[in-house]
Amino acid sequence: MRKQKKKNINIISICFLFIGIVFMVFGIYRGEVPVMFEKSINICLECIGIG
Amino acid sequence: MVKKRISNDRSRYIIQAIWTLITNSFLIGFIQGKIYQGKVKNVCVPGLNCYSCPGAIASCPIGSLQAVIGSYEFKFAFYIAGFMIVIGSIMGRFVCGYLCPFGFFQDMLHKIPFYKKPKTFKGDRLLRKLKYVILIVFVILMPLFLVDIIGQGSPYFCKLICPAGTLEGGIPLVLMNDTLKQTVGWLYAWKNFLLLVTILASILIYRPFCKYICPLGAIYSVFNPISIFKYRVNPEKCIHCHACATECKMNVDPVKNANDLECIRCGKCKSICPTNAIEYTYSTKKYTSKN
Ligand code: SF4
Ligand code: SF4
Repeated sequence: MRKQKKKNINIISICFLFIGIVFMVFGIYRGEVPVMFEKSINICLECIGIG
Repeated sequence: MVKKRISNDRSRYIIQAIWTLITNSFLIGFIQGKIYQGKVKNVCVPGLNCYSCPGAIASCPIGSLQAVIGSYEFKFAFYIAGFMIVIGSIMGRFVCGYLCPFGFFQDMLHKIPFYKKPKTFKGDRLLRKLKYVILIVFVILMPLFLVDIIGQGSPYFCKLICPAGTLEGGIPLVLMNDTLKQTVGWLYAWKNFLLLVTILASILIYRPFCKYICPLGAIYSVFNPISIFKYRVNPEKCIHCHACATECKMNVDPVKNANDLECIRCGKCKSICPTNAIEYTYSTKKYTSKN
């Protein structure tokens, strides 16, 4: 019984981990990283309270 | 026991300080008034650390999330959402307790003595829901729908609320850059006002920004009950002395719920427990009345 519970909860954590990795790979594949990179290497005027 | 608690606090502060230094290790940026433009900025840090900080070597997850959601090309940020899901499902709000520079900043501020520091107040529980509203409205909906003619949204949380951006990016960059100095206006004044309020509130209340405002804390909080790394309380060792609940500055009672959404996994409860009933665990084994 306990073993069953252990298995279930493990599956939830591992599923989320897996979903996260799939999301990351898909995000990289469809080109989200350059958009984020572009924003983060130039001083973000909004972030610093100017823009 | 007190010794154990102090040593737990000290080792946590050391880890927080080292991590803050690592994530802001482009020290030359503080001298030149420029920001790091290298490849590491392609990845995010787990905690809230403004990517416009002159020392920041990687990106802020909340800033990046808004940048991608608000871009005209994408309406969902898979890469950053995936990153936060990975971190959250491994450790939940352990990030807040150990790996967030802005959390560390508030921890240090709270050490400043003041004659009375309220542990809680009327409306505290309700106010904690505000961070979820901020996440949905300012981080997701506004950048998604309040767009200009080419479909580009602004990072509204960064722009209107985030005091970490003002502290880490706004103040040093404006101080070191004459062109920026000439462009500051009401928004800059507003952000500095919010930072001041956050600083004063942090002296009085433990981590007010984390409790009530931070959208990153809101995201990681939902992973606390399901993350691989968690806490558990051994009911056979627990003598119900309430020392853990009294010690917890996030107002969590670990005996009631060892993986409460508000728990930042700082370990204070664990170190105060006289019977060592609170344990870290990677396994999902739950104590039952039989064992
Ligand atoms: S709640 Fe936000 S600011 Fe506070 S420690 Fe967590 S990520 Fe950092
Ligand atoms: S329950 Fe324990 S680990 Fe969690 S915030 Fe409170 S004292 Fe820290």
